[in-house]
Amino acid sequence: MTDHSIDTRDDAPARNQWWDVWDQFKTHKGAVMGAAFFIFIILAVYIGPYIWTIDPTYIDVRARNQGPTWTHPFGTDQLGRDMLARMMAGGQTSISVGLTAMGLALFLGTLVGVLAGYFKRIDGLLMRTTDLFLALPLLPLLLVMVMLFRQPLSASFGPETGIFILIVTAIGITSWMPTARIVRGDVLALKEREFVLAARSIGTRPGKMILRHVLPNVMSPIMVSATLGIATAIITESALSFLGLGFPPDFPTWGRLLFDATDFMQQHPERVMWPGLAISLTVLSVNYMGDGLRDALDPRIRGL
Amino acid sequence: MLTYTLRRLMTAIPTLILISLIIFLLLDLAPGDPTAQLPLTIPPEVREQIRQSLGLGEPVHIRYFLWLKQMIWTEPMFYLSESASWINTPDAPRLISWQTRAPVLDTIFERLPQTMMVVGLAYIVGVLIALPIGIISAYKQYSVFDQAGTFVSMIGFSIPPFFSGVLMIILFTVMMPNDSFWWFPSIYDTTLVIDSWENFGKQVRQMVLPVMVLALQTTAQISRFMRASMLDNLNQDYVRTARAKGMTESVVVMRHVLRNSMIPVVTVIALGIPAIFGGAIITEQIFKVNGIGQLLIVSIQASDVPMVQTLTFIFAVLIVFFNLIADILYGILDPRIRYD
Repeated sequence: MTDHSIDTRDDAPARNQWWDVWDQFKTHKGAVMGAAFFIFIILAVYIGPYIWTIDPTYIDVRARNQGPTWTHPFGTDQLGRDMLARMMAGGQTSISVGLTAMGLALFLGTLVGVLAGYFKRIDGLLMRTTDLFLALPLLPLLLVMVMLFRQPLSASFGPETGIFILIVTAIGITSWMPTARIVRGDVLALKEREFVLAARSIGTRPGKMILRHVLPNVMSPIMVSATLGIATAIITESALSFLGLGFPPDFPTWGRLLFDATDFMQQHPERVMWPGLAISLTVLSVNYMGDGLRDALDPRIRGL
Repeated sequence: MLTYTLRRLMTAIPTLILISLIIFLLLDLAPGDPTAQLPLTIPPEVREQIRQSLGLGEPVHIRYFLWLKQMIWTEPMFYLSESASWINTPDAPRLISWQTRAPVLDTIFERLPQTMMVVGLAYIVGVLIALPIGIISAYKQYSVFDQAGTFVSMIGFSIPPFFSGVLMIILFTVMMPNDSFWWFPSIYDTTLVIDSWENFGKQVRQMVLPVMVLALQTTAQISRFMRASMLDNLNQDYVRTARAKGMTESVVVMRHVLRNSMIPVVTVIALGIPAIFGGAIITEQIFKVNGIGQLLIVSIQASDVPMVQTLTFIFAVLIVFFNLIADILYGILDPRIRYD
């Protein structure tokens, strides 16, 4: 705190603490590269289809099973559909599922963590629930959930939205537990600090206290688990699609494209590489980003 | 130690009962009708009789207790009576699969050896590779070896098994010439009987690819954990004391530091065993190993509720059991934990 006030007197106007975080983040080369690649992937899958305007579902049987050419940079599949367009469409779904499921898991985890840490009365119950969820066999249960609720949900929301809701919810409610544990620990430590006591002594209500004083101070562990959450959500969605229990066949995702390509592995091994590389590189970049973020948000390291 | 173990055991049993309830209720919500797959020519009253014979006539709670009784009493008693003649065979009906009409647990015990062979071996290989990597990475922190280790484990974390498996098949089965030593089969042949050295060689060769894929995941996790745990201990006062007393570097590292850093690692190894069974679902699917993971997928696709319930419950039992083992191991290795 003291060097900070000296700093501001010396030269620049007061700095937001996020600038310090950014300065530290920049020193981690892997993290910067990861962030750059992740932004590139997001732009490619969301803006890309406006530039590469071939319809991913357009069937051109004469041009089937082609290798990479200038008209089809990633080649075409067994029905002559353009692989680049399909990769973009698939990426949109995979990334959207990853981000939404991460958001849901984060919301649930933060809610449970803050409530358990702040209100002693429900702490025991909430933490036992978390332990119970951690003891559940998650992948088998995910598969079971998809099997059970696929039909009714696609009937009421249409096949694509229905499966999207199902997969996002399923991943969200099976991956909030680590966040809840970390957040609870931090909230428990925060509660003993003087500023919380000061806020309470002027009569701050619990709701206000959580929103204004507790939540901003547990932002860093939440952000780190957010990056890791994206990675697990993308992998889980691809695993479900790979097992044939994800999105319907005519609706590409990276996992589905990989699954479809394994049938033609003998003749066209390159077709497996595109979705596989996309999944792996996205997850790798997100993991590096999380690594850098963890260092950048840790004040003990940031001071150095 | 005994009270500590008992206390852990007391929390494990209600957890298991709750999990069994969750699994049962989740599958019971199934909107699918088990008779939906049957031909439409079956008259409705016969269809109703089929439903009754599958045990669907009773209310939910009765069916749950019946299932629980079958799981924890009838089935174990049946296997006990088969091995020991003085125990009577229970006369209650066994858990029957809707798909194969055979007892669920018999099918599972047929599949279990394949899973255990591949998954178990992969885990052992992964741990054996991971431990030295972790130790050297920590001892030579920030060296080239450490950087390489970090990168490889990042890759191990990031490449999902369904891509690394397919990649292995492309490299070692599709691209490799068939007569090369480095060619490995991508399909696991379960009918192979190991009765000669030649067949033993075949068995080893067909296990290479799935074991490699699973071991990569294990290695990535355990080596990171080993490294972090070693780093925690290397800067402790007792290490300086050991060095000051003039012990050789190998004694300091291998006897003092390693022993203390193994405490959390051993528990992580125990905790990872059930997770590897979950990961094996995908690996078994890729290499066509007909283990319990593949059985689960097939049963899910066929809406075989008793089989799915039992398999999921077995996975849950594995998780709870190894959590218990990890807790007890921690208590044995680190006496401070016991007096919590």
